[in-house]
Amino acid sequence: MVLTDSKSSIKGGEFLIKDIDASQIFIPEEFNEEQQMIAQTCVDFLRTEVHPKLDAIDYAKDTSLMVELLDKAGELGLLGTAIPEEYGGFGMNFNTSMLVTEACGGGHSFSVALSAHTGIGTLPILYYGTEEQKAKYLPKLATGEWKAAYCLTEPDSGSDANSGKTKAVLSEDGKHYIINGQKMWITNGGFADLFIVFAKIDNDKSLTAFIVEKSFGGITMNEEERKMGIKGSSTRQVFFNDCKVPVENQLYTREGGFKIAVNILNIGRIKLAAAVVGASKGVISTAVNYANERKQFGTSISSFGAIKHKIGDMIAKVFASESACYRAGQNIDDAIDTLLASGMESGQAKLKGVEQFAIECAMLKVHGSEVLDYVVDEGVQIYGGMGFSAEAPMDRAYRDSRINRIFEGTNEINRLLSVGTIVKRAMKGELNLMPAAMAVGKEILSIPDFGVVEEDGLFIPEKKAIKNMKKAILMIAGASLQKFMMKFEEEQEIIMNLADMLIETYVAESALLRVEKLIILRGEEACALEKDAALVYLHSAIDKLNSAGKVAITSFAEGDELRVMLMGLKRFTKIEPINLKDARRRLADAAIQKNGYIFI
Amino acid sequence: MKILVCITNVPDTTAKISFIDGDTKFNKTGVQYICGPYDDYALSRAVELKEQHGGTVTVLNVGEAESEQVIRKCLAIGADDAIRVNTEPTDSYFVAEQIAHIASQENYDLILMGRESIDFNSGVVHGLVGEMLGIPSLSPVMKLEIDGGVAKMTREIEGGKEDVEASLPLVLGCQEPIAEWKIPNMRGIMSARTKPLKVVEPVGSGLTITEKYALPAPKGAVKMIPAEEAEKLIDLLKNEAKVL
Repeated sequence: MVLTDSKSSIKGGEFLIKDIDASQIFIPEEFNEEQQMIAQTCVDFLRTEVHPKLDAIDYAKDTSLMVELLDKAGELGLLGTAIPEEYGGFGMNFNTSMLVTEACGGGHSFSVALSAHTGIGTLPILYYGTEEQKAKYLPKLATGEWKAAYCLTEPDSGSDANSGKTKAVLSEDGKHYIINGQKMWITNGGFADLFIVFAKIDNDKSLTAFIVEKSFGGITMNEEERKMGIKGSSTRQVFFNDCKVPVENQLYTREGGFKIAVNILNIGRIKLAAAVVGASKGVISTAVNYANERKQFGTSISSFGAIKHKIGDMIAKVFASESACYRAGQNIDDAIDTLLASGMESGQAKLKGVEQFAIECAMLKVHGSEVLDYVVDEGVQIYGGMGFSAEAPMDRAYRDSRINRIFEGTNEINRLLSVGTIVKRAMKGELNLMPAAMAVGKEILSIPDFGVVEEDGLFIPEKKAIKNMKKAILMIAGASLQKFMMKFEEEQEIIMNLADMLIETYVAESALLRVEKLIILRGEEACALEKDAALVYLHSAIDKLNSAGKVAITSFAEGDELRVMLMGLKRFTKIEPINLKDARRRLADAAIQKNGYIFI
Repeated sequence: MKILVCITNVPDTTAKISFIDGDTKFNKTGVQYICGPYDDYALSRAVELKEQHGGTVTVLNVGEAESEQVIRKCLAIGADDAIRVNTEPTDSYFVAEQIAHIASQENYDLILMGRESIDFNSGVVHGLVGEMLGIPSLSPVMKLEIDGGVAKMTREIEGGKEDVEASLPLVLGCQEPIAEWKIPNMRGIMSARTKPLKVVEPVGSGLTITEKYALPAPKGAVKMIPAEEAEKLIDLLKNEAKVL
């Protein structure tokens, strides 16, 4: 069978109403030799330079070691992957930069410093800077000669970012903005040479961004924050006291800062999802290795079903999350290519491309960070008593994981965003949601089919299950929107349920499509374990969707409507049961034999 | 200075080893290949010497097309070009013959390789190549400096070290810490695809045929004998392990 290359114009959020063909998605097995070599360089760098120094990084008295490591990463070119060649970088496409982020994801505090520099520190200039700003700053950031930090959050302005109080006032001679204010949780604060600072000019309602060099003066800091995890990443409160910023260092338009913040965070979110996939794989390998070594009752604990269940489940979740990451990554690349072909400027095309998939970025951030939290939790559990010891690696993994559910927008904010953006696009007519929701409304009142599947092909019942998952979402979203109308956004509990349903559907579909494509490329026999992973994921996703759906329906429906919708949900979450214990065991046995994570 | 670095394409150290075709062939399914770790050190030193003294580094591999991924990684690390002799490296003499044939066509100042490959570990190819070319060969070399036309080396010997000097050209089998292990950087990786990789056909033919491979017997469980039962230990060493 030949795969048709149909980079068709899938829009962000459209997965909910469109059937996607396996040939339309990118799978990580398709990365070429050069991309794999780049990823291997990242892995080798972590293994030789970072992992032997994790304690030294976390308990360092100053930031010199972190600076040294970032310098070395800069020498290897790891800081310039997303920066175009004309500014001293390597101009790699979005999905390659995702791969680099994943490969660097297992470096604990170092990974956070690296991401902050290459992501939120560098990208605002890359995407919104003038030609002069880009030429002046990007080459220094690409090599790591200068390190960057991003100053958005304030003590009273976290998730509500646009409420910041930091002020910028034009000097009398009109040559400088004088910035005054306080910023909090500034990653890389302790050693950054350059800060992207968000402040309000005069009495503006919205933020403006500025490129602030440390040498401008007027910048002071509190001591390093004492944190639960990522202890080795520098996190400071930064104070701007009459900091004089030349007017030419205003980034983008006046009051355009919030837009920068939002768009840069879109990229940050999907990149975070890739990073936590990398971290999760590392933790799984560490846990499997321990389970093999640790003997109880005269045998390795990895031989026990209770442990195999954990290993199998961890692998299935990470496999699925990874599938979704690179699927969305490629969608973004394709969108960027289309915009570039239409004549749009490169930075703008990249931003718009990512913005189009803001829904997916938010969903993936939530999913990836929660998978890593699951993996580290089970990692501690597999280590047993040693898992609770600060001498063993799970202690650091457990503490460092937690921040991922908080930064780059809390997972609650991201759940609100994913559903909110879908609704907004539907209202604007960009996403044709209403006819689909109405069709589902009609379907639940009609006689159900009895599951007779007549088509031939791969994963026919599973694909039907995915289709039904989408119908369940449309049913509940449609009914709740109709019920609450303009007050829908106040129903955050229902939105959280809907977000969970969306995420599970998107991720399960991604894993299934990945395996389908892989089977077409390599044959079914060579993909038995991947199939197990996708099916384990799909079945648990249906259960989760069912459970979230029930909670949502009972939150607003009553009487006949309640009964009809619960029946509909039951109908839409029906799938022929399979032996999931055996599937998890096969995954675990392969991992036990390999002594680590089994897929690429 | 012209340096030729010979590299092997070997299974990753964590690869699961098994055999097929009646235990006559290594099972390559699912095996990840790497550049021989000792060869990696040889290449790293060659690149360092090139940076110090100028010149070129050519990578040579005797192997089939599947070696090219590892060859390109060597180009990414800093070699200028590569030659692959398109054949299965069946035995040390055959491999040495190919290297000598290629080397005889150019005036290389140094022919570097690992002290041994980590798959068959014969450790004789450098000696054979030296003999075939009629130039000195030394191994295992753990330190190498070039001063004029003279190589100053430190060689590991049984229980100690030996400092030696020799005139170029030379064939050397290398081992750590001859150079700092190098990770290819982005620029190197991106330039690797444009560097020349020449494929040539072999000369002669292999001398040996593998009749059968076998894995070592699995290790038995450790038996703990209490100190006060030393007689039992002696009995086991004599009659079970048969080492006394």
